[in-house]
Amino acid sequence: MNMNVSFGGLDLKNPIMTASGTFGFGLEFAPYGDLEKLGGIVAKGISLKPREGNPMPRIAETPCGMLNAIGIQNPGVEEFVTKALPALANKNVAIVANLYACDAAEFGELASVLAGEDSLAALEVNVSCPNVKEGGSAFGADPIQIRKVTEAVKKNAGNKPVIVKLSPNVTDIAVCARAAADGGADSLSLINTLMGMAVDIRNRKPRIANVVAGLSGPAIKPVALRCVHQVVQAVDIPVIGIGGITSAEDALEFILVGAHAVQVGTANFLRPDFAFTLVDELEALLVEIGAKSLEEFRGSLELPL
Amino acid sequence: MSLRNCQNVKVLEVTPVGQLKRPDEFFEIKLEYPDWDRWKPGQFVMIRPTGWELDLLWARPFSICSVDDDTLTLFVQKVGRGTARITALKPGDDVAIWGPLGNSFAVEPETPTLLLSGGIGIAPFRGYVEQHPHPENLNLFLAHRLPLECYPFGKLSEKINGQCMIEEKPDDLQQIIASMRELIKEYADKDGLILSCGPTPFMRTVQQFANEFGARAQVSLENRMACGVGACLGCVTKDGNDHHVQVCTKGPVFWTDKVEL
Repeated sequence: MNMNVSFGGLDLKNPIMTASGTFGFGLEFAPYGDLEKLGGIVAKGISLKPREGNPMPRIAETPCGMLNAIGIQNPGVEEFVTKALPALANKNVAIVANLYACDAAEFGELASVLAGEDSLAALEVNVSCPNVKEGGSAFGADPIQIRKVTEAVKKNAGNKPVIVKLSPNVTDIAVCARAAADGGADSLSLINTLMGMAVDIRNRKPRIANVVAGLSGPAIKPVALRCVHQVVQAVDIPVIGIGGITSAEDALEFILVGAHAVQVGTANFLRPDFAFTLVDELEALLVEIGAKSLEEFRGSLELPL
Repeated sequence: MSLRNCQNVKVLEVTPVGQLKRPDEFFEIKLEYPDWDRWKPGQFVMIRPTGWELDLLWARPFSICSVDDDTLTLFVQKVGRGTARITALKPGDDVAIWGPLGNSFAVEPETPTLLLSGGIGIAPFRGYVEQHPHPENLNLFLAHRLPLECYPFGKLSEKINGQCMIEEKPDDLQQIIASMRELIKEYADKDGLILSCGPTPFMRTVQQFANEFGARAQVSLENRMACGVGACLGCVTKDGNDHHVQVCTKGPVFWTDKVEL
């Protein structure tokens, strides 16, 4: 079956991408599979200047999920451009940068640095990280800010397609989706993590130094599916589904509700070859369920009248 | 590089150790040997039983205790939900395993080398002793809370010099610390090498005395990890320059002057 997907200025050999923050800058997973097998790799979030991130502890295991509050620890855009990207330059796989900044102007500046990088297939704008004090989810909850940030990135991104990654920690995600679309986003990716918390009754402390953290993993899949469904109905631009995918069946659920592609995140921690095997399993499952093509299957959810 | 670095292997044996006085806390787990080209003492593996559904997501990191032609041995203490299930595995069960991961302990064959282990921290030293070209230059010190039979100390002390101290009464801890101080000073004075693995307070003590006497010492950290390959940034520690670095890929072994504990 032809697994190629083209949408929002991206041309992927299959709809399986890896989610930002769960796949490093890609090479960390090269010992476990052929990176070129993947539809795309979204790199760890980067900012203009290096960031040390949050204090430890940063992660906690929860029922069918995990909490993280890393806080966009990253080496800064300069090292990303001079070290991480060149290391991937000869790989035939779509590389997407994930951008984090504190305001629209800084987002624009970051986009302008990355616009000239030939090896980048697209820019993904993180308006939804819950683990940083400035920016992050403050943007993610405010449609006006989402539109401003999207416009600023789009204006400075040259010919790079712009993906806006949305937060589920909002009253109506469709409003945020429309704001990004109005700002010129080429596509949307959703969802980022859900705000959560874990505490220890024995030492009476939060399990995460940042106190609140982002919940990911299969526990959030129903929320993610609902969000993707609502956004697909609300906007005309393509959507990348993210949230708790741990099997080919999960991935097809997002495609059934209308996602053009999916990103796998936490599942990369279950075993480092997960994303690679998922590519094969996805095609096999499509054939098994009698789908004529990926395109025919996409968005073919039969809703009650 | 082989693309089979994550593979499924079978559990061969799960044996409780020192069961008499402390039932079911320490286990020796033997796995089919994954077809690694090489490994070094101090490195670790990530293990996730393939039978786990989605209620425990992460694999668990364990230092490599020992390897022979067809067996990989891990030494596991039951401390939580993950290790409770791992130590309940049966022969024939499959586990996903990736590794060997991380860096390794320094090996200086001609240098007098002190192995300082706190409790379960003795695990990686079994492989270290087995691989060392001059075990007569090694000296093992074990500080422990549970009966000695719970630890693979006997086997090791047959091969090299070994001493152990138990912490039962409040006073014991001070004596252990005093002995560690003396040993670290001795190895600093003869420009020896000190390798340590144990709980964080234990390694802080090692670091403190290593700094005091200018000893060359390494510590092996065991931070909580999700991926083991450097991606999740959940296991970081601070290096000597106040930067966060991954314990899984930049460690788990650090020189005491290059890590903040």
